[in-house]
Formats: sequence, C-alpha cells, structure tokens
Amino acid sequence: MTPRSDKAVGSAAKHLFLGGAALLMLLPFVWMVLSAFKDFSQVFVVPPQWIPDPMHPSNFVDAWEALPFGRAYINSVYITVTIVVVQLLTCAMAAYAFARIRFPFRGGLFVLFLATLMVPTQLTIIPLYLVMREIGWLDTHWSIIVPSALFNAFGVFMLRQFIRGLPTSLEEAATIDGASRWKTFWLIVFPLLRAPMSALGIFSFMIQWNNFFGPLIFLSTPEKFTVPVLVAQFKGQHTTDFPLMMAAAALAVIPPLIVFLLLQRYIIEGVALTGLKR
Amino acid sequence: MPKTSRLRPRRLADWGWGLAFVGPQLVGLLVFVLGPLIFAMVLSLMEWNAGGTQRFVGLENFEGQFRSEEFWAALRNTGYFTLLVVPGDLVCSLLVALALNNVRGRVVYRLLFFMPVVASSVAVSVVWLWLLNGEFGPLNSYLRDWFGIDPPNWLVDPDWVIPAIVLVSLWRGIGFTMVIFLAGLQSIPAMLTEAAEIDGASSLQRFWHVTLPMLSPTILFLAVTSIIGSFQVFDLAYVMTQGGPGNASRTLVFHVYDLAFVGFDFGASAAAGAVLFVILLVLTLAQLWAQRRWVHYDE
Repeated sequence: MTPRSDKAVGSAAKHLFLGGAALLMLLPFVWMVLSAFKDFSQVFVVPPQWIPDPMHPSNFVDAWEALPFGRAYINSVYITVTIVVVQLLTCAMAAYAFARIRFPFRGGLFVLFLATLMVPTQLTIIPLYLVMREIGWLDTHWSIIVPSALFNAFGVFMLRQFIRGLPTSLEEAATIDGASRWKTFWLIVFPLLRAPMSALGIFSFMIQWNNFFGPLIFLSTPEKFTVPVLVAQFKGQHTTDFPLMMAAAALAVIPPLIVFLLLQRYIIEGVALTGLKR
Repeated sequence: MPKTSRLRPRRLADWGWGLAFVGPQLVGLLVFVLGPLIFAMVLSLMEWNAGGTQRFVGLENFEGQFRSEEFWAALRNTGYFTLLVVPGDLVCSLLVALALNNVRGRVVYRLLFFMPVVASSVAVSVVWLWLLNGEFGPLNSYLRDWFGIDPPNWLVDPDWVIPAIVLVSLWRGIGFTMVIFLAGLQSIPAMLTEAAEIDGASSLQRFWHVTLPMLSPTILFLAVTSIIGSFQVFDLAYVMTQGGPGNASRTLVFHVYDLAFVGFDFGASAAAGAVLFVILLVLTLAQLWAQRRWVHYDE
C-alpha cells in the first residue's frame, strides 16, 4: 500500500470512529426532543419508536404551566449574571493586588487562597446553611449570589498569573504621572485582562448556571427556584409521565444549548484555557 | 519596579490599597469558606440536630459514622464509581482527542462531543431515566433485539446502578476532558513526532515514546481533577436514584446531604463531610508528590 492510500484509509477509519461516537453523544438529545412530542401511551411501544405518531405538542405547554418555568429562567439568568460580573471584578482586583502591590501578609494571604481550592463546598455548605438560617437569608437569592460572587480562588490565582506576565512599563508611566492605584488598575490593567476574564467568565457561567447543590439546599419556594432545581422538583412530581418530563428537560436544556452553539468557539477555547473541572 | 525616591511615599499608602483591592474576595474567603470550614470542624464534634440540641460530644459522630453501614456503603460506592469513571473518562477522551487531532471537520466533532458538558446535569439525568429504563427504555430494547443480550434493569439493580451512573457521567464528561487533551496535544511540537517518524518509529512507537510522555502533565492534571470531581458526585445520584435501590448508589456527598437535610443530624453530616475533606486533601497532596516524580516537563 502506498503511504497516500494508507493515509486515506486511516482518515476514513478516524471519521468512522468519530462519527459513531459523536452520534452516541447526540442521540440522548434527539430522543429527548422527539419523545417530548409523544403521547403517554407511546411510552410503552417496543421496539422504541423515534418519530412520534401522532405528534403531541401539548407536553411543552403542560410542562411550562405545571411549574413556574418562566420565573425560573429569570431567576437563573439574573443570579448567574450577577455572580459572574461581581466575581470577575473582585477577582481582577485581588489578582492585581497580589501581582503588583506590596502589602503586609501578601504571601500568606495568597497561600490561603490557594489552600481553599481544596475545600469541598459539600463540607462548608452545612455550616453555611446554619448561618443563612440565623441571618434570615434562607430561601432568598442572597444565599446563592453572595457566597459565589465574593469567592473564586481559582479566578484570583489565574488572573494573578496573567497580570504577572504583563510588562510593567505602562503602569510605571501612569504612576509617575500621578495616577492612583485604582486609576492604574481600572484604566491600564483591567482592559488588558479581556482574554483571561472572558475565559474565566464563560467557565464560571457554565458552573453557576448548572449549579444544583446550593440552590437545592437553600431554596424552598418554587417561585424562587433556578432552572435545575425546578426540573428536579418537576421530576419528583411527574416521575411516571416520561414524555412530559422530556418536555421539561428540553425546556431546560435547549436555550443554553443554543447560546452554546452561537458562542461555541469562545466557550470551548475558554474551557481549554482555564481547564478546571466542575 | 525601580525603587526611585519618588515612589517611596507610596509604600504606606500601598498597604491600604493592597488590602482594599484584596478586600472583597478576602471577606468572601473568610466568611464563606474559612469560617464555615472551622464551624464544620466544630460541628463534627457536637451533637447538633433539628430538635435544638447543641452539645459537645467529642469523637462520637465519627464513631457513629464508622459504625454506620450507610457510611461504608457511601464510601464503597464512591470508590467504585471513581475506579470506573476516571480511567474510562481518560481513555475514551484521549482516544477521541487523538483521532480529532489533525482531522478535517474537527470543529464540528468537538462541538458535538461538548454538547453534554453544557447541558444541565439535572435535565440530562431525567432524559437518561427513560433511556436506561429496564422495560421500555431504548437502550435495553436494542441490546435485546440487536445483540441478543439479556440486559440488566440498570437503575433498579443494585449491581448495575453504579455502572449505569458511570455511563451517564462518561457521556457528560468526555467532551470536557477531550478538549483539555486536545489543547495538550496541540502544544506538543510537531518537530518531535516528525523527527521520530524520520528515524523510522511506527505510529504506535511515536505515541508511546513521544506523545504520551509529552502529555504526562495533562494526564496527571486530568486524573487528579477527575478523581476529585468523581468523589464529589451528587447530581446524577440525587435525580436518578435518590441513592437507591437500598443504599446501592448512595455516594459520599449524597450521604452528607441526606444526614444534614433529610435527617437533620448536622453533627453526623459534618463528620462525614470531614472524612470527604481528608480524602480530597490526601489526593491533592498525592498529586503534588506525583508531579515531582513522574511528570515530564518540557523546560
């Protein structure tokens, strides 16, 4: 076999493997969308029927009306956006201080930030729950927004590394011209952080949007639920009505998926850049 | 920074600026992580329940956990899950990444593999409830009709419930791990593999002696984050099985959750959480140690 045809066979094999695997990735979504149009009686059809016959679109309306889905979307969007924006700003500020300003206990505090990367939220959530109950934040969005907005040790670490890699000449020039620390940060350093901050923001957005553990524990009124908690609640109430559940799942999955498809390049590259799991 | 006399008066002011800049995140760290961490340690030594009892009991909560069958079931299940999911995830993702590296249509494939990563874990759990259903789920139907296998009733069978959750986790996680592997592969200088090719190394030899060693920092990083992540598995077990049947899919985090927010035994929950913390701490330290010994860095 010549090297060229050898390569062609290799490439075809690759596409066969990748195509098959990608199909497996896609099928659960296809099943979800198609089955959401099924009637309850079509659940028991064996072998499974992919295309529903007859189509039964009312599941989407029923799912949307059974629980406050619209409300949950508004909650999820504004909670997630607030967390990400505040997180990015405060992380950038802390990162700038750790990278450029000399102040007492700087080294010690930085190590403290790194050490907290190892603390699992599942451990701290129990005392946090008791504290939230004490200060009356249980079943409010504060309990979800504030702890996440004001703490992202990985973000601080990543941005600090980035700032340390920047040349200092611009900042020095600004200092000599009499700019305050805040001005130097806001006008010179902050605009340079666009690339790492968008990666961090995307990553943080994904984590916060899908966050389930915290909202599950802190929230109890359906009107205050975020999308994942609402879907879990829905599942608890309609366990046996599979097509209705598919409609609820589709309502939760499809809008973020569309956003992902539109921004996929930035999202995937952002993740590759930050590369920290969950 | 040059130490000119002009900059010196700024030093004292800088102390204030430094603390002010670190301030918001530092408050978050103290109030929402360090404080609760210390509180959790204290809590693990106390009897603290919904009835309002709050008293110091020493190590009783830990003794109670070590005597509790549920705790050991949780530890066993989490260990078993990790043992299956981490190698599975690494091998599958690496295979996909290797195939994807330098192939036409890479962007489209990458997109398809990444879709499950973006989807809410709760919502996809609901979908998989149907896919894995023993009687009218499509997976078992095809296993029966096409392969003549008598498939298990995944989520209801104590022996198969963890493998079933592993399957869903792999589906959800491969895209992420693969993207990191791809980034790692792309940072390997083409010069190296080309040189090996010229020297007559077969593609398997090139993979084994060039690609794999160059990829070792990525592999280690992914192995550790993947182990840590799998020790924290919760969403899938919560939505799909509620830890059942029996305790067959009770994971450590589900156990911590169940003790605190179903049983309202906060002391016992904190003790179980502390065990999880120690495990994660040991794993992280093991990472630092392994990094020094086995990882090849290209400096």
